[in-house]
Amino acid sequence: MNKVYHQVDNIAGSVINIRAKDVKYGELAEVTSRNGSSLAQVIRLDGEEVSLQVFEGARGVATDAKVKFMGRAMQVPFSEDLLGRIFTGSAVPRDKGPKLEENMIDIGGPSVNPAKRIIPKNMIRTGIPMIDIFNTLVESQKLPIFARAGEPYNQLLARIALQAEVDVIILGGMGLKHDDYLYFRDTLEENGALSRSVMFIHTASDPVVECLMVSDVSLATAEQFALEGKRVLVLLTDMTNFADAMKEIAITMEQIPSNRGYPGDLYSQLASRYEKAVDFDTAGSITILAVTSMPGDDVTHPVPDNTGYITEGQFYLRDGRIEPFGSLSRLKQQVNGDTREDHRTIMDTMIQLFSSYRETVEKKSMGFRMSDWDNKLLKYGERFENEMMDLSVNIPLEGALDLGWEILADCFDAIETGINSDILDKFWPKK
Amino acid sequence: MNKVNGKITSVNGNMISVRFDEAVSLNEVGYAILGEVKLMAEVIRIRGTEADMQVFEDTKDLTIDGIVEFTGELLSVELGPGLLTQIYDGLQNPLPQLAEKCGFFLERGVYLDALPRETKWAFTPTAKVGDTLTAGETLGTVPEGIFEHRVMVPFNFDGRYTVESISAAGEFTVSEVIAQLKDSDGKIHDITMLQRWPVKLPITAYTERLRPTTPMTTKTRIIDTFFPVALGGTYCIPGPFGAGKTVLQQLTSRYADVDIVIIAACGERAGEVVETLREFPELTDPRTGKSLMERTVIICNTSSMPVASRESSVYTAVTIAGYYRQMGLNVLLLADSTSRWAQALRETSGRLEEIPGEEAFPAYLESVIAGFYERGGIVTLKDGTTGSITIGGTVSPAGGNFDEPVTQATLKVVGAFHGLSRARSDARRYPAIDPLDSWSKYPSIVDETQSNMAKALLRRGTEIGQMMKVVGEEGTSIEDFIIYLKGEYLDSVYLQQNAFNDVDSACSAERQQEVFGTICDFLEADMNFADKTVARTFFHKLAQTTKDWNFIEMESPEYKQVMTKLETMVAEVSNNE
Ligand SMILES: Nc1ncnc2c1ncn2[C@@H]1O[C@H](COP(=O)(O)OP(=O)(O)O)[C@@H](O)[C@H]1O
Ligand SMILES: [Mg+2]
Repeated sequence: MNKVYHQVDNIAGSVINIRAKDVKYGELAEVTSRNGSSLAQVIRLDGEEVSLQVFEGARGVATDAKVKFMGRAMQVPFSEDLLGRIFTGSAVPRDKGPKLEENMIDIGGPSVNPAKRIIPKNMIRTGIPMIDIFNTLVESQKLPIFARAGEPYNQLLARIALQAEVDVIILGGMGLKHDDYLYFRDTLEENGALSRSVMFIHTASDPVVECLMVSDVSLATAEQFALEGKRVLVLLTDMTNFADAMKEIAITMEQIPSNRGYPGDLYSQLASRYEKAVDFDTAGSITILAVTSMPGDDVTHPVPDNTGYITEGQFYLRDGRIEPFGSLSRLKQQVNGDTREDHRTIMDTMIQLFSSYRETVEKKSMGFRMSDWDNKLLKYGERFENEMMDLSVNIPLEGALDLGWEILADCFDAIETGINSDILDKFWPKK
Repeated sequence: MNKVNGKITSVNGNMISVRFDEAVSLNEVGYAILGEVKLMAEVIRIRGTEADMQVFEDTKDLTIDGIVEFTGELLSVELGPGLLTQIYDGLQNPLPQLAEKCGFFLERGVYLDALPRETKWAFTPTAKVGDTLTAGETLGTVPEGIFEHRVMVPFNFDGRYTVESISAAGEFTVSEVIAQLKDSDGKIHDITMLQRWPVKLPITAYTERLRPTTPMTTKTRIIDTFFPVALGGTYCIPGPFGAGKTVLQQLTSRYADVDIVIIAACGERAGEVVETLREFPELTDPRTGKSLMERTVIICNTSSMPVASRESSVYTAVTIAGYYRQMGLNVLLLADSTSRWAQALRETSGRLEEIPGEEAFPAYLESVIAGFYERGGIVTLKDGTTGSITIGGTVSPAGGNFDEPVTQATLKVVGAFHGLSRARSDARRYPAIDPLDSWSKYPSIVDETQSNMAKALLRRGTEIGQMMKVVGEEGTSIEDFIIYLKGEYLDSVYLQQNAFNDVDSACSAERQQEVFGTICDFLEADMNFADKTVARTFFHKLAQTTKDWNFIEMESPEYKQVMTKLETMVAEVSNNE
């Protein structure tokens, strides 16, 4: 028999305190006041004092609210019926479809045993040269897009999702603008992808605690699909909102902040989500593409900084382009050795020359005379920016590599590229 | 053993407070009982009759008044034959065996034996009845893969012991008694091949500590030539994310000239460890012709695994390293990343509501870091042989700024600093060790006057490069321009090294000495060019040919041919002395 309590002692932010016995750590409770009811979770036990985090926020919770413990932690339904559906952060339908209540699964479950992981080996083709050549995306990778507000990160996310060959797409929206939510929904629908998608959406106007749950709910669902052998792509946007929700709650709990108000466990909290990305030995996979918006366009801000240490690289979106510097796919070497023999050479050479081009641009802006070499670099840089970096470019990897050789041969003598002689003999375009 | 029970009085994340009424000690292990499962925890603070304990598992479902069983034992690891090739979590649970038992996920409360109990080891006694021995001295040996594993008098045995009996050569498991020792009070102790040691305490069963002076070749040129590491030395690799810390450690774990490598994957990506644990069994160790795994132990407590066992994982690793050092072996411990361990301390300290220091790290951070690196070192053992633990730790500074507590505390205690720079990694100049910032207090494998000359040239070349940004190429003299090109040349063909080329990725000490000598001759040559464009073209060509040279095996005849070709190229543009 689950006990019911009627006396709330403290209410602050989204956390309430009551006195109760035999409560389990992490247990779920239903908090009902005159103004409605919400789920809540036990986040601290101290003697008989129980702290609960109220999912819909403590606003409107009365001191005589009814608190009923449910004897279990947070769970969500899982079945094929999820596909095509839209839910809130606590897995309540947001669309007009029926409530699902069967086959409940735990969220925030234990991590995968590293011994059961395999080395990722499948490239995910996107048709974007800045990704396919320079920072190849790999199945089971966890990778955020770093961008300041206003960059078209959600468009990029949607484009990759539609182009990638995956079985299931799960969208976790956190603090999403309503327009962006509709954008995702409509884009998936128009491209016939909605029927293989599940959306867990928290919008900017929804309660903050639900923002925290979106990633867990999305990833728990993804895990089930992956265990059934499916290749799942999880889109999480925007993880900075997730971190800010955590900050808000930590401050209400009077935790000592470590850096700019964020709690000391920010790294571990982010990691426990991102590490759900996996390629299972003998089952499916989870790939995570996230958005990390950068307040003040500052990569050293705690959220992008901690994220960069956790994820397997990042795509740095600036002025609508994926920047070659700062962008990184740490898994690229797992796959780019088996695509085409010249892949790595083109990747290294073009970036090194582009870096020299940037220096030349700087020199030029200071009014220095341009040497022959500088002029070659200027020509090269311009072609690179227009034909490789522009996000409207959509060509398969092989075509992009050929284009790379063509640009190099157009701008430089073979010897100036520093490419090894045997590769040059084979690939340098003959005039 | 005193078996004491306590009751839970509070639960906050992975921290519980427990009321007890008989003696418990700091760092003692206890188990929180949760129905069928027991969750392991460690006492980290005692106040009156309450112990604060960090739980090594998810604390979900624990309740007030829940029972905690204290064990009377400090957090310890098992030491004995069979450690090599293992993959453990931070508490020494073997992960492959856990996977066999539990499947894909790490279930809480499942603890397995660290050492296999059934395996029989071929024991050969070396001590005789009547011998007097002290802690750490050898009773006999068993072959463990490529090593002769010493079975030693347990390290916690104080004073002198007489061998009462010892088994004849034969096959034994780790739990069978292989000898009996009598202490000075006449008490008899049964000895097996397995002993336990508390991870937070260093093993000190040796006669003296020596100064680390013998170079440990990593086969990465910029390290061995310019910023060397010594056997028994300590070094750190701080760098922003993506600068190449992990790749550098992976290379070192493969190629370093040591007997045993302990990899502590501490609080970072699981995927990176998977690469190691899937690839090492397939790779051959050139020193032994056996698989690399045979000289490796992996301690894997990655970022999503429990934070408290992340804190223990580096101690588990260094304790196993200490065990093999006692056998007269050179052990290399690589920890990636020590910042995650420091953050685990910070999380715990925060939950204990201790007064925070800088960036909310605990005030004792510095002494804890110093204590860890102090466990490295080269020692003379009681039989006169030497053994060493070399420790290399990566540091992941917030915002890539080295001016933060963990980097600073580490720099105070290590003997070499390999600072990775964002500028170099952005320019794909790998390994991205900054040649102007980094330092080492250990001796190099090359002639120091030459390496100093090369460092000075690099510094001068960089200065000229900076100046050129202000005054332009036209404002730079041809002499300075040549120095600049020489610096760039040295950087591109020697400091940079291709990690993915089979030959270039590992450069032996012998090869480094020859190549570096040759390159130094080039750097010192008095070159003459008509103009800057001719000079630049020459260095482009020289660099390309030298890179080709780097990709050729030293044993092949082509190697000498290319070397001669390079020397001719340089002679053609140089003034005769
Ligand atoms: N020595 C190297 N050679 C080539 N690429 C490298 C090298 N070191 C690092 N990289 C590239 O940089 C990426 C990040 O390196 P990593 O060691 O994981 O960085 P960190 O551990 O510092 O975050 C790698 O995935 C690889 O693409
Ligand atoms: Mg790393």
